[in-house]
Amino acid sequence: MFDILFIGLSLSSILLLVALGLAVTYGAMGIINMAHGEMVMIGAYVAVLSNIWLGANLLLAIPLAFLVTAALGYGLERLVVRRLYGRLLDTLLATWGIAILLQQAIRLEFGLTFFGIHIEGLGSGLQNVPVPQFLQGTLGLFGLQLNSYRVFIVLVTLALAGLTWFTLYRTPLGMKVRAIIRNPQMASACGIDVKATNAITFALGSGLAGVAGVLMAGFRSVSPDMGATMVVDGFMVVVTGGVGSLLGTVAAAGILGEINALVAIFFNEIAGRASVLLVVILVILLRPAGLFSFKGR
Amino acid sequence: MTLKRRQFLTTAAVSAGALALPGYIRSARAAETVQVGALYSQTGGLSVVEKMLASAVQLAASEINAAGGVLGRQIEVIVEDGASDPKTFAEKAQKLVIRDKVETVFGCHTSASRKAVLPIFERRNAMLFYQTHYEGFECSRNVVYLGAVPNQQLSNYIPWIINTLGKKKFFIVGSNYVYPREMAKVSKSLIEAGGAEWVADEYLELGHSEWAVMVNKIKESGADVVLSHVVGDSIISFYREFRNQGLSHADLPICATVTSEIEIAAMGPEYAAGSYTSFPYFMSIDRPENKSFIQRYRDFVNDQKAITYHSLEAAYFQLFLWKQAVEKAGDFTADGIREGIRGQEYDAPGGPVKVDADNLHTWVTPNIGQWQPDGQSKIVDSYGQPIKPLPYSGYGETAENLFCTAAGLDSSKL
Repeated sequence: MFDILFIGLSLSSILLLVALGLAVTYGAMGIINMAHGEMVMIGAYVAVLSNIWLGANLLLAIPLAFLVTAALGYGLERLVVRRLYGRLLDTLLATWGIAILLQQAIRLEFGLTFFGIHIEGLGSGLQNVPVPQFLQGTLGLFGLQLNSYRVFIVLVTLALAGLTWFTLYRTPLGMKVRAIIRNPQMASACGIDVKATNAITFALGSGLAGVAGVLMAGFRSVSPDMGATMVVDGFMVVVTGGVGSLLGTVAAAGILGEINALVAIFFNEIAGRASVLLVVILVILLRPAGLFSFKGR
Repeated sequence: MTLKRRQFLTTAAVSAGALALPGYIRSARAAETVQVGALYSQTGGLSVVEKMLASAVQLAASEINAAGGVLGRQIEVIVEDGASDPKTFAEKAQKLVIRDKVETVFGCHTSASRKAVLPIFERRNAMLFYQTHYEGFECSRNVVYLGAVPNQQLSNYIPWIINTLGKKKFFIVGSNYVYPREMAKVSKSLIEAGGAEWVADEYLELGHSEWAVMVNKIKESGADVVLSHVVGDSIISFYREFRNQGLSHADLPICATVTSEIEIAAMGPEYAAGSYTSFPYFMSIDRPENKSFIQRYRDFVNDQKAITYHSLEAAYFQLFLWKQAVEKAGDFTADGIREGIRGQEYDAPGGPVKVDADNLHTWVTPNIGQWQPDGQSKIVDSYGQPIKPLPYSGYGETAENLFCTAAGLDSSKL
C-alpha cells in the first residue's frame, strides 16, 4: 500500500512543481500566464545547455535555471504583463503569444538556424539530461525499493513549497504581495510600490517554473513543445485548490495525484486520468471558488 | 552567332534566375523534369523525424538525377509542409495533386496524416508512397506501403521471445491509439499460439510521460517480459522510469516494436542497453551498402553524427522502386506506376526488398536487435529472407487466404 501512496505522492509532487509558480502568478497576481509551461521548458533547456556547455550536473542547473527564468519573467512583466493588469483575457492572449515565441526561439535556435549555425542542445530535436549517479536506481526505505529520483523530486518540491510559503507569509515582500492580492488600490495608498512588487512576484513565479523544468528534464525528454500540456495541468491544480491559496494548491496537487495513482493502479491509466478530470469538474461545480479560498477579493 | 533581342532577354532572365537560385536551376528547364511531391512536416512536433524522411527522399532524388534521371528526365521534388497536423496534410496533398498535378507523392508519417490524405489520392487517382511501418488494416490501390506491417515485426519476434529467451508471461503496453492496439491484437494471437500467456494489456495516453504507475504495475504483475508498442516521446520516459524503479533488462527485458535508434539516442543508451526491438532495418546492419548509405546520408544532411533508422531507409529506397516502376510502365502516370511496381525488387541498404504483387505492401526481412550501451543494436536474430506483408493478419489473413489483393479488399472475409 505504501508504495502506491508513494507513487501518488510523486505524481502529486510533479503536479505541484508546475502549479507552484502558477499559484504565485495566477493565484496571487491574477495573470492567466499561458507562457508558464514555456518557462518550465526554458528551465529544462538550461539544464540541457549547462550540461553540454559547462559540464554542470542537474543539481547545479537548479539555481542557474531559477536565475535565468526569473530574469526572463522579470523582463516579461516589465515589457508586456505590466500593461495588462485587470484585463484577464488579454493576459491570456498576450502570454499565449509569448509562449509561441519562446517555443520557436528554442526551435530556431534564436534565429541562428537561418544562418546555418547550430547550437548543440537547441533546435527542434529531443534533448536529454544525464541524471547524477546517486539519483539513479532505487533507494531502500521502510523495506521498499523506491525510485531515488522520484524521492529527490518529492523532497525538492516540498522544499520549494516551504520556501514559497515562507516568502509569501513570513517576509516583508510576501506581506506586500498579500496586500496587493486583497486590494491593489488600497495597498498602493498605503505606500506599497505595487509595480515593483508585481515584477518581483512574477519573476519568482517564473523562477519556480524554471526549477520545475530542471527536475522534469531528469525523467523525460526535453523538447520545445514540452511545456504546452503542462500549463493545463498547472491551471487545473490551482483552480481546484482555490485561486490565491497556496495551501489549496498544495492540497489539490496532493489529492489529484493520489486519485490518479489509485485509480490507475486498480483500473488503468486512462481511467486514472479521466477520474482526475471528473474530480476537478465536481469541485468546480460544487465549490466554484475551489477547495480553499478566501472571500473579499 | 548573333542573338535576337527576345532570345537574349530570355537567356538573360534564365541565367539571372539560375545565378540567384542555384538550387532551382532544374526548374528552369521544366520540360526535362518530372515533378514529385514530398509531403512531410517541416514544422510542429513531428518535424524532427519527418524532416529526416524528407532529406532521405531528396538524397535519393539527387542520386537518381546524378545517374541520369528517370526515363531521361530529372526528378524535381516539391517539398510541402504538413505542419504535424492531419488537416494541413490534406490541404497540401490537394495542392500537390490538383494544382501541381503531380502523379506521385512521397510522404506522411503518422497513420492519422495518411488517413487524412487518402481520399484525395483515391478520388484524383494519384499515387502515395508511404514509408512508415504501420498497423495494417488498409488496402488502397493508390498507396504503396514501404514499411513493415504487424506480421513482419511480430511473426518471428514473439516465437523468438518465447523459445529463445524462454519467456512465458507477457505484459503488453502501448500508447492509446490505433497502431499499438492493432499490434496488441496480433501479438496476443501469436503469444497464445506459442503456448505463452499475456498477463496485462495496458495503454498510456499518447504523448504522456508519467510512467510511475505503469512501471509499478509491471513490477507487481509477475510478467517476465514486457512487449512495448509505446510510441514517440513517451518511450524515453518509459525506459528511464523502468530502470529507475530498479527493473533490469537482464531479468525482465523490454521487447519493443517502435523503439528505434532515434529514441535510444534521446533517452541515453544506458537506459535501453539489453532490451530488444524488432525492425527490418537497423543502422548497425553490417553490409557495405548500408555503410555507404549512412555515409551518403550524413554528407547530404551535413551532420556526421546523423542517425538512420527503419522509416528513413524506406523513405530512401522508395524512390528507387518508384523509378523501376516508371521505367517498366514507360510513363509517369499513377496507373502505370501501380501496375509497374507490382513485384519490383530492389537491393536496399538494409537488404533486399520487394513490392508485393497483390497488396502493394513491401516484403522486408524481420530482424531482432539487442540495444548495446553505445546506442547501436546487435542483430541477435534474423529471418534471413524477406517475408510477405499481410496487412490484415490481425483479422485472420494468411498467405493462402489473402484479404487484400490486386482487385482491392475482399471485405466479405473480414
